[in-house]
This record gives sequence, C-alpha cells and structure tokens, in this order.
Amino acid sequence: MSSSGIVVDGLRKRYGRVLALDGMSFAVRPGVVTGFVGPNGAGKSTTMRVILGLDTAEAGSALVGGRPYRSLRDPLTHLGSMLDASALHPGRTARNHLLWIAHSQGLGARRADEVLDLAGLAPAARRKAGGFSLGMRQRLGIAAALLGDPPILMLDEPFNGMDPDGIIWMRGLLRSLSAEGRAVLVSSHLMGEVQEIADRLVVAGRGRVLADATVSELIAGAPTGRLEDVYLRLTRAAVEFS
Amino acid sequence: MRQVRTEWTKFRTVPGWVAATIAAALATVLVALFAGGSGSASPAPPVGPDGQPVADSFYFVRKQLTGDGSVTVPVTSLTSAAHDGPTDVPWAKAGLIIKQNTEPGSPYVAIMVTGGHGVRMQHGFTGDIAGPVPSARWLRLERSGDTVTGLASTDGTDWRPVGTATVSGPTVQGGLFVASPPQVRGMGTVGTVSAAAFGGVRADGEWDGRGWTSEQIGAESPTFAGYPDGSTGSVKGSIATEPEPEAEPGPRTGTGTGTGTGSTVVTGAGDIAVAVRETLATGGILSNILTGTFVALIILAVVGALFVTTEHRDGLILATIAAEPRRLRVLGAKAIVLVVVCLAVGLIGTFLAARLGMRLARANGVFIIPVTPAQELRVVVGTAVMLAAVAVLALAVGTIGRSGAGAVTTVVVAIVLPYLLVANPFTPAVVADWLARTTPAAAFAIQQTIAPQHQVDSIYTPYVGYFPLSPWAGLLVLVGWTLVALAVAAVVSHRRDT
Repeated sequence: MSSSGIVVDGLRKRYGRVLALDGMSFAVRPGVVTGFVGPNGAGKSTTMRVILGLDTAEAGSALVGGRPYRSLRDPLTHLGSMLDASALHPGRTARNHLLWIAHSQGLGARRADEVLDLAGLAPAARRKAGGFSLGMRQRLGIAAALLGDPPILMLDEPFNGMDPDGIIWMRGLLRSLSAEGRAVLVSSHLMGEVQEIADRLVVAGRGRVLADATVSELIAGAPTGRLEDVYLRLTRAAVEFS
Repeated sequence: MRQVRTEWTKFRTVPGWVAATIAAALATVLVALFAGGSGSASPAPPVGPDGQPVADSFYFVRKQLTGDGSVTVPVTSLTSAAHDGPTDVPWAKAGLIIKQNTEPGSPYVAIMVTGGHGVRMQHGFTGDIAGPVPSARWLRLERSGDTVTGLASTDGTDWRPVGTATVSGPTVQGGLFVASPPQVRGMGTVGTVSAAAFGGVRADGEWDGRGWTSEQIGAESPTFAGYPDGSTGSVKGSIATEPEPEAEPGPRTGTGTGTGTGSTVVTGAGDIAVAVRETLATGGILSNILTGTFVALIILAVVGALFVTTEHRDGLILATIAAEPRRLRVLGAKAIVLVVVCLAVGLIGTFLAARLGMRLARANGVFIIPVTPAQELRVVVGTAVMLAAVAVLALAVGTIGRSGAGAVTTVVVAIVLPYLLVANPFTPAVVADWLARTTPAAAFAIQQTIAPQHQVDSIYTPYVGYFPLSPWAGLLVLVGWTLVALAVAAVVSHRRDT
C-alpha cells in the first residue's frame, strides 16, 4: 500500500451501545479527489475524527502519509482538514483565527494573509468571524486547511450552506488541488454534490464501506446508468436499519 | 514555546478577554481608591521603636534615674476585675519598669508578675522572656550604662537574671507599674482593671529625691480602652522606701529586707505591647485596602474557565487538537499564558492599589497599620500568584468539565464561599479556622500584614485579618488545589476523545 495519502484499515469504534465504525477501510490517493458519501450516521465524520486522532478507535489503524496523525510534527503541513466550519470563536477576526493556527505550525502572518486571499476572504479579514454566514465560514475553514500547504486535504461537508457561486468556486479549488498532486477526501451526505468532482467514490453505510470504486465503474454497475440509483441501492439497507 | 505563542495569540485576539483582564486590574485599584477615600479620620496610635503601632498605657509610679541604678520590690498580690466583678486576666501585669520617658511608644524594659503567665521580662513591645521560676515574687531592674537587666527571686535573697535589654538616655523614668489588658469575651472584649500590692521599694543609685510621681501613661491613646466604669488608676497607701544600705558596696548585694506585707496598692489598666486589630478598631490594614482583589479574582476565574470552555462550546477544540495533537502541551501552554497574564495584572493592579489606597487613606487621616517594604512586596507578589493560581484552577476545572458555567460555579464555590464564611463574624471559630486552613480561600492569608502576639490575648480571626496559616502556607494550599486539578485535567484530557 502507498505510504502517501490516507490509509484507513479496519476501524472499529463504539459510542456507548452504538456501533459507529464496523471495519471501515479505504485509501485516499494523491492526485485524486475521493468522494466519501453515505447517509447520516454512516460513520463518515467519526472516520475523519479517528484519522485526526481526535477520537481513538478500538481496532484498526488510520495512517496519514504512513504515520499516525498524532505522531506528526506540524501536522497541518501534512494534512489540512475542516471538520466543522462553525468551529470558531465568534469574537475573533477571520485573520486572527488563521493567525493562531499559523503560529501553531511555526508559520507567520504572511501565510495567513495568503490563504485569506486564496479563499476570497481578504475583504472580510478583520471582521469578527461570529458574524460570518455559513458560506463564509466554509471559506475560512478551507483557508485554515490550506495554511500548512499540505499534500493531503480532508473536508467534511464543505458544500454545506454555500451559495451557487461558492459551490462553483469550491469545485474549481478541489480540482486544482488534486491536479497539483494532492490527495483530497471530500465527504457529503448528498451524492449530487460530489459526483461532478470526485474521481473515486467511497460509499459508506453503518460504519463500513459499501462500495469503493471509480465513478465510471459504479455507473457501469447500474441498470439505469444513474449514479443516484447506485447510491440508493447501496445505502438502502443502511438507512432502513439505522 | 511555539504552543505558548499560539495560546497567547488566541488569548489576545478575543477582545472580551483582554478587556476583562484590564478590568480586573482596574477593579483592584478602584476599590482601593474607594476604600482609601471613604474612611473617616482616626487618631494615630503611638508607635514603637520599629514604627509599629503599639498599646502603651499603664499606671506608673515613677522617679527619675540619672545614670546607673537599680530598683527592687516584692509583689505580694495581683487581682483583676471587669465591670461585672473579679475575673482572671492572664496577662495582667504588675512590677517594675524603666522607660526612656513618659511618652507612649518610648523604649522600656519591665519585669513583672502576671495574672497567669508567671514572672516575665518584657521590652521593646515585642520582647517577652519567661522568668526561670514562675512563682518568683521579688523583682529587680538594674541599669548599667544603657543596659537594663531584669532579675527575679523567690525570697529576695537568691536572685536570678531573666534577661537584658537597652534603654538609652542620660536620664530615664523608673518605678512601679500596673497594666490590665482587655479580656476577650465572645466576639468582643471588655476592659479590665488590676490592683497589685507591693512591698517596700528599694532604690539604689541616683534617683530623684523629690518623691514618687504617679500617673496614667497613654491616657488619651487610641489603643487604650480606658477603665471599667467606676474604677480608676490610683496608688493607695504610702510607698515604703527601704533605706539605701550605706555600708554595702553596691546595689547587687541588696538583701531585700522590704516588708513582704503589701504596704502599697497600685491600681491600673491598659497594656504595653504591639497593638492588635482589636485595639486599633478605628484604623485599617492593607488587606482592607485590597478588597478589590476579590473582584479581580472572580473576573480572572471566569477568563481562565472561558479560555478552554469556549473551545468546547464552539467546537474549536477540534482545530486546536488537530494543530497540536499533544494535548498536555495545549493544557500546559494555556496555563502558562494565564499565569503570565494574571501575574502581570496582579502585580500592576495590586501594587497601584496598595500604594494609592494607603496614600489616600493616610491623606484622609485614616490610620493604616504600617507595612514594611518586605511585607508590601510579599502582599503584591503573593496576590498576583493567588490570582494566577485561581485562573489556572478555573482552567483545569473547565478542562475537566468542559462547561464554562460549571467551572466558574465550581471555583466560586471553592474559594469565594469559604472566604465569605471565613470573613463572617457569626461563623463558628472552629469552622472558620478549618475553612481558612483547607479550602483555596486559605490563600487570602497572603495579604495579612498583622500577626497574632502570643503575649496579647485578643480576637485573632480571619474576620479581623488574622489567618490561621502563615501567608505563604496559605497560598500554598491554593497552589496545591490548583496542581491537583491540573493533574486531573491532564489525565482526563489525555485519555478521552475530544
């Protein structure tokens, strides 16, 4: 297996009586946008939390560039992530939010200004993040993920709350990031959001992978030729029993 | 170090926290200005040789002594009474005193019989030496140069030295004295009066020949509670003066043939000792000026708690841990930032509050018990450490419970509630003592600038400024609580999911 990108192998995790992860295994490869789809409760967010070392799995492993995230020095230069776009102190300005993250990785204010520009937030840099719309928060979250110029990106529901302009911007950004050779993992509970940009899809349900294939392979397996139908067929059982 | 910088960036970029921190310092100073400006003038007590306020009131039957000399007397009885009849006053004093002059606060050496502590030699308002034989009733003071030696004897023949001290000056005042300090009853004190019967006085050396003068020393002093109703200082009976033994070569060979029957009764009230809070009811102490510490403490506890709990509230803790997966470093860096910020706020705020408050109070004529530079330094530094420890305690509790309201409530209950109970005169002394020794509120001991005097029976409760623990020991109790909470927070944050 490649040591670059993300490799998730046999993750199991239980929250009380709920089995959140039940043998989750997949890989996120460089130069590819991997869509991570599945209904609510499929284990997407939990998988991402385990990858970041925020939660501990009972079994299995999650490696980032061949190493556990917790062992990385300046981890944001290895993996940039956005799990919750609303995770901001409302009283802090956008620039200051990026500044403390930059400082944590040994980066300076210049890099914070660069990613503000990249995310189209330069005009709002000195506004308090508490007043931002969800779309602006998503852009700020993307900016934070890009701070360390990481070879791997992991974004949880980045299209949430974005206006059409923002969705178009996000798609273009994700394509250019993978074109630069970065490994990109994008989760969504809506197939429609990711099918246009994902090269590969990991369909999750009830804590495990239901399908892991390229978009064209999945479509080839559907009688109707529609990706939505493939997704619905795969996840039906997962939804019914969840 | 990088993580400390990160947490510092976080701290300084939330305007509310910065404003609250400045407000904490301002609150300390403003309360001090209010306290200093609102007091009404109080008369200044006499001050002793070291500048400390003293009680120096007693009934004095005196003569002037020029140069060297000695005086000897037996005390045949000592009885005390309050307004409601005879009572025991363990530190009632009757004996001999040599004093630089009759001004309250001037240096003295005295040897005395006490109501309950045997023979003592006392000097300079703080010096107190127990006599070798508590039951001795014969007393002698010998002055040679500036050195005065106190001696005691059970029979007037076999003399044992008790101690020496100095009273300088070409002439001094010497003779009999009686003092009777107030008696502690419940939450207050009552005045007492004591009467001592003396045998014949023998005075050797160059004593003024014009006879004895008797008067109440320090009658107008604010540290003198006065006589109980119906009593007054007096000398009854003539003072039997033993003739100077002409044939004997020196005063040390006195044979003590004085009448042991009590020919003179001297009645007196007052005390000779460092002033305690109870005797200085109209004045103030530094900790009264620094009441605003309390406000600063609550503000900084809130800031300390929010420093971590807002991250949980906003989900920001995910970004924090993603940026630095070593959670203990995050906790440590937050603690360091809080300590530095609180030390700065505490040092500046407390220093300005102490200086400005005391200056304003004194300008208003309010007597504030003086503090030495070392005490002031200890109070300022210690208060800053206390604020830092409380903020870190709140941080630790916030890390454990992840709730801002919960952390603030816990810290307030742990330190403010005990303080209020300790500072309440109606809290039973045993409870107040226990609280002031074990809870984080023990740290307020760091602000005490008055110490209990073993030779003064008085009210020594935290309510009036006396804490059971020494200043640093009290602070250490709080620091201990903080370290325990920090250790639990470290274990908890290390083990659990974010």
